[in-house]
Formats: sequence, structure tokens, C-alpha cells
Amino acid sequence: MGNPMKIRTKLDGDVVLVRVLMSHVMETGLRKTPEGELIPAYFIQTVNVTYKDRTVLSAQWGPAISRNPYMSFKFRGAARGEKVKISWVDSKGDSRTDEATIE
Amino acid sequence: MRRPRREFLKLVSLMLAAELVPAGSALAEEWNKPAFAAKKLDDLYKALGANAPQQSDQVVLIGPEIAENGAVVPLELESKLPNTEMLAILIEKNPNPLAAVFTLPAGTLADIQTRVKMAETCNVYLLAKAGGKFYYAAKEIKVTLGGCGG
Amino acid sequence: MTTSNLRAPARWLAALAAGALVCGAAAAVLAQDDRAAQEIQKYRQMLEEGNPADLTEARGEELWKTPRGPKHATLEHCDLGLGPGRLEGAYAKLPRYFADTDKVQDVESRLVTCMMALQGYSYADAIKNWYQSESDIQLLVTYIAAQSKGAKIDVPATQPREAELAAAGESLFFRRSGPLDFSCATCHSHAGRRVRLQEVADFLLPEDARAAMTKWPAYRVSQGEVWTMERRLIDCIRQMRWPEPQYQSEALIALQVFLQKQANGGVMDAPGMKR
Repeated sequence: MGNPMKIRTKLDGDVVLVRVLMSHVMETGLRKTPEGELIPAYFIQTVNVTYKDRTVLSAQWGPAISRNPYMSFKFRGAARGEKVKISWVDSKGDSRTDEATIE
Repeated sequence: MRRPRREFLKLVSLMLAAELVPAGSALAEEWNKPAFAAKKLDDLYKALGANAPQQSDQVVLIGPEIAENGAVVPLELESKLPNTEMLAILIEKNPNPLAAVFTLPAGTLADIQTRVKMAETCNVYLLAKAGGKFYYAAKEIKVTLGGCGG
Repeated sequence: MTTSNLRAPARWLAALAAGALVCGAAAAVLAQDDRAAQEIQKYRQMLEEGNPADLTEARGEELWKTPRGPKHATLEHCDLGLGPGRLEGAYAKLPRYFADTDKVQDVESRLVTCMMALQGYSYADAIKNWYQSESDIQLLVTYIAAQSKGAKIDVPATQPREAELAAAGESLFFRRSGPLDFSCATCHSHAGRRVRLQEVADFLLPEDARAAMTKWPAYRVSQGEVWTMERRLIDCIRQMRWPEPQYQSEALIALQVFLQKQANGGVMDAPGMKR
């Protein structure tokens, strides 16, 4: 299970702004150790966001997304008290899911 | 801003036209390895069949003019085109130009922010798919050589 | 083209024209510099939202509240100068003199004092691998610093031992040494200095000192992790080609007393995000 994400929401009418900070090394596979060995690629590949069991965003990422990824997005039809759930799966098959209640 | 190469964009749109956007899939998409592994325009072309994206003022890529550190370049991806269902980031001079693809169901705004790595100063393209067609915006972002660290 | 065969007034005019060209060129370069600096400012502003150090802070908070060490205790009674367990604003008043240890201590050494006294760690165990990514000390210092957000840096250094170290720190700041004959002041005592496009803070200017000191510890984008002030200072010193000071040595504490004193009044906003 990966490291926890930090999810913040901001409701404006029925549009919610979601900002998420994830903890992941997002290794490109191009860096080398001080000894000259290649550090293997290791990064989040897919991200899925659901709200009341419907997908509101899905993404495919490559290692060019920065380390400790940050993403923000907006969707309509949101209401206070409901939950936004964010999941990711990385190139090793590890995953993480966190949710936040819209305040 | 340097003129984007037509080939590059054609190839990319070929890649995007097919597999990256599975129709109506509610499940997590399968990661499109060939697209992310593509280093050259030819390989991207081979990935799928396509249409040449049109430059559009309705597709807006917001980013810094100069990135102090190429490891973290903030981008805002916007599309004012109705029914924008997909946004993708392509970084021309990265070893593998495709950085990310976002699939937007109805009700999700075409307004996303994220941060990417850039190997060097080059054009960054925002591709948008709307109404079955592809459009793009381009922006040159300079990446500086670092100082001592702040 | 030479001016020597021109008559005097023409020569004078030619010189003036040449001078104007040079000034114009210089002005263009300076304007370009300004523009670059402005664009980099904008870049930094775009990154203000979403600092990965927030996650580090959350992990630090968890560690603070977890019973650990041979005594299986939390750090919740740690006294960082405002009384046991009082964290709000504590970082902004460090380094300071502590009667119980009879030493001037910065946040990192005081944290270790607490880890030893409350949790029973030996000094060696407490500082073990402190410089490694996401080490306990770095997580905890991030949490502690975040509890001083909004507080003004308040390091008067009037207590005799504090004053002594402030003076020592100042003298270290100006002392030229090492194979490059560098001092901190070589780079950090002139307004508007840069290394390539990286602005270098002038620590003799209060507003520069405040802008710098209020943002540490900071997530260093180039390293992809949070660094404490001591770690940053050690690295600066290494970059000057001086021998690296020992972690928590009095030299580092002296430098911090001097720097924090220069930054007095600055409003803390850590953990920050730096290149």
C-alpha cells in the first residue's frame, strides 16, 4: 500500500475543485546512482477518481509527471458531505486509495 | 515560440485517435505502453490511425516562460471546446514525449493542473479531443541551468 | 575603423556614440535579467499551491505522537523553549539558550535532547541517518516548524551565551577560508547577486534575510525532499569547498543564531518550497 495522499476540496455552487498531492518517487529510469548504476523506472501509471461510484476523472501517467505528483481538477454535480475517492496504481502494481469529504 | 513540426503532431494524434481513449470505459484504463514508450514520431504514428490536430485558440496551455527547475514545471491545461473528452501533454524534447493523458467524462471541466519534468527548453503541446476531432495549443518553455539551490 | 585620424570634435563624438552603444547594450542585458527574474518569480508563485512538504509534515506529526524508543514514550511533552508540549511559535524563537542543558540550542539539537530525555534514545541512535531521505529528525523538524506558521522570528540573542554565539556566527559568516578563499559573505552580502539565474540572498539586508529564513525547512525540488536548515548550511559550506561541519556542532548553531537574528521580525511560513 502506497503512502497517503493529501486531498483538499473547495465547493463553489455545484462545482468542486479537488487538489491532490501524492507521495511517489516517480522514477524515470534514466537516473543513475553515484556508483553509475541505473535506478529502475518506478512511477504511478493510472489514476482514477470517483464520486458517488461514478468515474469523474481517469488518467494515464508516464514518468515525466514530477516526483510527489500534484494534480487539480474540477467537476460538476458535487454536494457537501459527499466523498471524492482517488486511487492510483503504479508500475510495480502497488496502489493507494484515499478519500475526502467535500466540505 | 518555435513553429511546431506538423509531422510530430500528426504522429501524436494517430497515437491518440485509437487506444488511449477507450469508449465509455468506467474502469481504470490499461496503461498504454506503446504510446508512453514511443521515442520517435514514427512509432507514435504506428500506434494508431488518425487525423491531424488543428491549432485552436480554444485550447489553452498555461505555464511559466522560464522554469527554474526542469524537474517541476507547473502546467494548467484548459479547453473551451464543447465536449472536450481528453487532454494530453506532449513534451517535444523529452526522451519519451508523452507525459500524461486525462480522460474527462461529461460533467468534468476541461481545466486541469499538474506538474511535469522537462529535459530541456522546448515546445510543450496540449492536445485536446473534442467532438471526435483533435486540436492543440503549443507553448515554448525555457528550462534554466541551475544555480546553487535556494 | 580607428578614431585616431579624425579631428578632435569628431573623435569625441565617436567616443560618445560608442559609449552610448555599450550602455544601450548593457541596459538591454539588465532589462533581460529583470525580465528573467520576473518570470522566475511567476514560476515560483505557480508552485506555491501543493507543497509535497505538507505530506512530510503529516508524517512528522504522526511520529511526534507515536510512543517510541526504549522508554516507549511520545514527544508530546518536549520543551522547545515555551514549556513542555508548547509547539505553537516555538520554532520562531530558536536558537536560544536552555538552562536545563546549559547550551544554546537550535531546533534539531533541542529535538534530540527531547528524544533522549523523553524517549530514552542514545545520542547516536537519535541522530542516526539524520541526513537520509525522510529521516525521523527531518520529518519531526518539518512538523515543528509548521506549528510556527504566522509567528514572527524572535531571536534577540541578548542572553550572554546567545550573544556570544551570534558574534561567533557573524565572524564565521565573514571569514574567508578553504581552497577557494570563500566566505558566506562572498556571495551573500551583496544585493542582487545571482548564480546563473538563481538569486542569492543578501543576508545583510533584513528583507532578504527574512525572505530566506522564514521558509526553512523547505522541500527542495532539486532533491525531491525536505531539508532542514542545518542540512542546507552543511551543503552550502561543502559547496564553498570548506570542510563539512559536524551535525549539530556549535559552529552551525552559531551561524543560525546570526542568520535568525538578521531575519528577526520575518513571518514564518515553513515548510517552504525551494529550488
